[in-house]
Amino acid sequence: MFEILQYHFIQRALVASILGGAICGIVGVWVVMMRIPFVGVAMSHAAFAGAIFGLLLHVNPLLCAIIFCLASTALIGPIADRGDVDPNISIGIIFSFVLGIAFLGMGMIKGPKTEALNFIWGNILIISAQDIFYLLLITLVVMAFLLLLYKEIKAVLFNRELARAIGIPETVLFYCLLFLCGATVTINLNIIGGLLIFSLIVNPPSAAYQLTYKLKTMYVLSICFGIGSCLLGLFFSYIFNVPSGAVIIIASSVIFGLCLVFSPKRRVKKYEVSKT
Amino acid sequence: MTWDIEICNATVSYREHIALKNISLSISAGSLTAVVGPNGAGKTTLLTLINGLGKLQSGIVKIFGTSVNALNINRFRKEIGYVPQQMDIDPRMPISVYDIVMLGRYGKIGLFRYPGKNDYAVVDNICELVNIGHLLEKPIGHLSGGEKQKVSIARALAQEPRILLLDEPTANLDPRAQCEITELIERIYTQEKLTIMFVTHLLNHLPNLCTNALLLKNGHIVASGRIDEVFTKKLLSGIYGFKIEPPKMDRGK
Repeated sequence: MFEILQYHFIQRALVASILGGAICGIVGVWVVMMRIPFVGVAMSHAAFAGAIFGLLLHVNPLLCAIIFCLASTALIGPIADRGDVDPNISIGIIFSFVLGIAFLGMGMIKGPKTEALNFIWGNILIISAQDIFYLLLITLVVMAFLLLLYKEIKAVLFNRELARAIGIPETVLFYCLLFLCGATVTINLNIIGGLLIFSLIVNPPSAAYQLTYKLKTMYVLSICFGIGSCLLGLFFSYIFNVPSGAVIIIASSVIFGLCLVFSPKRRVKKYEVSKT
Repeated sequence: MTWDIEICNATVSYREHIALKNISLSISAGSLTAVVGPNGAGKTTLLTLINGLGKLQSGIVKIFGTSVNALNINRFRKEIGYVPQQMDIDPRMPISVYDIVMLGRYGKIGLFRYPGKNDYAVVDNICELVNIGHLLEKPIGHLSGGEKQKVSIARALAQEPRILLLDEPTANLDPRAQCEITELIERIYTQEKLTIMFVTHLLNHLPNLCTNALLLKNGHIVASGRIDEVFTKKLLSGIYGFKIEPPKMDRGK
């Protein structure tokens, strides 16, 4: 069993599982607490559209994906704030726009679309050392951002208007959170896949949300569930030779289901009528 | 007289609706002012204008004698405690009461720094003043309406502000909770010597130390000044649109 750990591709996949699961667990907490779960979908499709245009223009797809994510972030925040619309509406508009661009790009690719489709499904077993480097880089950036601005992020997650009222630069922070979410999605495009990364951002923190009343514990649990989902997905995809991204998402969904069923927050206190 | 808040010819619009129409007023340092008016009069907008959450279309807002703009507003927000109308909070929200009170310190602590001994001491003192010591470990979403309001006031006080703005702090509370919040406002005013403005509809339950009032209707200031001059049958009936008796007053005696 343990001999598979000798293979470089398995070692890389293990590192990617740990880093990818951890970082998705962290940004997922932001997304779930701010009640904007679809930002992950919008960002993954923006990154997907960027990657396709990278392929079309023979430019690094990852670079194009990050540029598209950055542009989407730059639009989602201001459309919500200045247009005075719900952030989820703003996200929906950007999502449909980048989806249109992605399909346009797919249509323009001549011949087989295998490389483009890889960005949809991803494969944790075929990632390169360069992918690991980028993943490590974005993990360090996100963790540093969280540790340095923990209290400000907590205020924004609780209530944006209140954060602004106590003198925190809330708008800049909100846009930074959106961008880091987009960057996380982009870097994980090769690993989990654009179509499935959204679930890895939403499921682990949603599961953690069921179990605790402390934000710090929610971060820790979310990271553990993210890493656990990725490792389970990796294990089963290797054993049964099935798509890794799909198994990762199924694992994270099962973890969420179990947390929901056994959530202490769902307990109902019974009132016992005294027999006198 | 020192003015903590000065507003000159301020107009605020929300799309088609003009919430405040060319209003001017001055609030002296250390005063306790009740802001009264019917729904939609512009009371909340007035408070948000003072702490910069509302967008000024024209006019000037001065805090502590300095004109407020987009560049310096964050500096002033740290000196202005703001208690908004009751917020809906998810009962499963993973944030405790103590976290929420400490949140008030974050602006003053500054970026990239963690709360220190002094910040914990300030929060402990405020929790004692507001009498929420028994709630600190509870999740914020588990509190009753009155308890949430107390926590919100404690959070605003944790800022150690010079101005405190309260937006309908007694709304949707039972009579006992209303009395507790009113007494709390009085206690804060006596002990902390802050400039306090609070929006209220409870004319018969104003804090005893409240000596000033501001009447608003349709975005205009109808009257402002000493409470016995402002709370007359004619003025109150005029702003509410039906005959209303002024509350019995025995203030500042």
